[in-house]
Amino acid sequence: MSISVRNINKRFGSFQALNDVSLDIPSGELVALLGPSGSGKTTLLRVIAGLESPLPGGSILFQDEEVKERSAHDRQVGFVFQHYALFHHMSVFENVAFGLRVQPRGIRPSRKEISDRVRSLLALVQLEAFANHYPRQLSGGQRQRIALARALAVEPTVLLLDEPFGALDAKVRIELRRWLRRLHDEIHITSVFVTHDQEEALEVSDRVVVMNHGRVEQVGTPEEVYNHPANPFVYHFLGAVNHFAARVENGRAFVAGAELPAPEFAGRAAAAAVGYVRPHEIEIIRQSGEGAAIPALVRMTNGAGPMARIDLERIEDGEAIEVVLSRERFEELELRAGETVYLVPRRLRLFADDAQSLAQPATV
Amino acid sequence: MNTTLNAPLDLTNDAPIATAATDPPAVRRLLIGLALGFLGIFIFLPLMVVLVEAFRGGVGLYLKSISTPDARAALRLTLITAAIAVPLNTIFGLAAAWSIGKFEFRGRSLLLSLIDLPFAISPVISGLIYVLMFGLQGWMGPWLRSHDLQVIFAVPGIVLATMFVTFPFVAREVIPLMEAQGTEEEEAARVLGASGWQIFWRVTMPNIRWALLYGVLLSNARAMGEFGAVSVVSGHIRGLTNTLPLHVEILYNEYNFAAAFGVASLLASLALVTLAAKTAVEWVSGRSHNRLH
Repeated sequence: MSISVRNINKRFGSFQALNDVSLDIPSGELVALLGPSGSGKTTLLRVIAGLESPLPGGSILFQDEEVKERSAHDRQVGFVFQHYALFHHMSVFENVAFGLRVQPRGIRPSRKEISDRVRSLLALVQLEAFANHYPRQLSGGQRQRIALARALAVEPTVLLLDEPFGALDAKVRIELRRWLRRLHDEIHITSVFVTHDQEEALEVSDRVVVMNHGRVEQVGTPEEVYNHPANPFVYHFLGAVNHFAARVENGRAFVAGAELPAPEFAGRAAAAAVGYVRPHEIEIIRQSGEGAAIPALVRMTNGAGPMARIDLERIEDGEAIEVVLSRERFEELELRAGETVYLVPRRLRLFADDAQSLAQPATV
Repeated sequence: MNTTLNAPLDLTNDAPIATAATDPPAVRRLLIGLALGFLGIFIFLPLMVVLVEAFRGGVGLYLKSISTPDARAALRLTLITAAIAVPLNTIFGLAAAWSIGKFEFRGRSLLLSLIDLPFAISPVISGLIYVLMFGLQGWMGPWLRSHDLQVIFAVPGIVLATMFVTFPFVAREVIPLMEAQGTEEEEAARVLGASGWQIFWRVTMPNIRWALLYGVLLSNARAMGEFGAVSVVSGHIRGLTNTLPLHVEILYNEYNFAAAFGVASLLASLALVTLAAKTAVEWVSGRSHNRLH
């Protein structure tokens, strides 16, 4: 079932948690709401669930049905909480059965049906053997899977997960998120999960919604948001990035002593701009070309791991730059601290300072 | 910088660090002895005195003193008062705790202070409040009299005063627990489709039941033993508006020591039953807690 959010606002006191948010989530997709803390991602999720009521105006549609005025218990959503929120006085079995047991007598399944449904859900999350355990006896990852089984028991139309892996340690987190992806591929329920971990969002989701200051900054597939960030915020938030103060004029960009082509600014009058380059999108050379390279000083190199990391300093203004090279290239270069080299951005993305314009990426 | 780095680490000083658990045995025994001695002199001994004095005239006299019509009436009134005040306070206390512990609203801290009010003011004043409100010269006195209702110097006044004094116990026990538990489990129940009642009975209540029972027992102990507030509103009418504590006082003032101690022992045994129940609650809740671990 698709979810459409239209012009939703939410305020906590004087804090604008959601600022005119509109968002379309296609049916059957696994979507990540990604943003720093305070960006409004959890609030948006809770508004969709009906756990927070937004300001008047706007609408929330499930498929084509308006649900904004419906309370949480009429929306038929599955919600998984960051800290699991399992009923800790109930066994695992009773936790999963809860949503079925509280249904009104007319539609409540029989004891046998409830038992069968709970067993099959426990099988789905691979915890059949734990039916009689209490939540306290389970590990964090197990608890989260029980929380998921409990949410799925009522056959929700959409599944909402609030930082589902946030409270787990790194290894379990990676296992569990891959497991969630596989589970989603099996059951294909429209799912939205909140995360502040960009790696998690990029790895697991079909689509990433990047949020900041209560607004949606960009919506796109993981490739789109990583490779074609819509604005400086998304650039900063997704992965490491170097930024340069630049000047653009009529199709040329002047960056830290180098002159580079900038076709998207062709015919434009001179303007200040900011250039962004990812660390792996910079080539290091020994000889300066025809003014198309940025002179820099090698400060430190680190060859541990599959990629080598080099910290440099721009000669022009002393700003730090980070470059990531393949092992082979790193060994070939034999860089030494204190040596002067030249940097060639393979892919520089420029944003004019005036309106943070949404220019197309420049491939150099 | 370098000097500190090069200085050898001083690992020779490995004398044990003194903690409460590693005090020398003599100190431990002394502390335990002091605590036990203090409890013995100030709590156990007086309780024994009550029992010894009660039976000084023999079992026959004891039974006679606690079975006089006035003593029986006092016992009955005490039990009736507790039977009305405690359930009502349980309901009100739960409602207050639920709203304070689970919701954010304007006036929340004011409500919290109001709940503490009965603890803060003297019981005599608590009684006086009702005299000033419902007494003949009070605000509602004329209206009550014209409708032939009596509150002060009657059972309703005693119940009201007792409720006022014992109100905080249930709420005070339950609020911290509800606040600590937060609202996530309730929210989870809500999105799973549970109604308000279902959430309360199936999720909230099981989480607070031991604290609630504990609060109820404390409230009950105080309801049966309250003297000050009840004394002001009761009017001390023998056989009618005397509760057990008031009856003890009357007997004592009449130099009827054997009877006074006899009734006092009855009151003390009610308290002991409550205490035993409380201990049982702690034991059972501790055990179920451990089982869950």
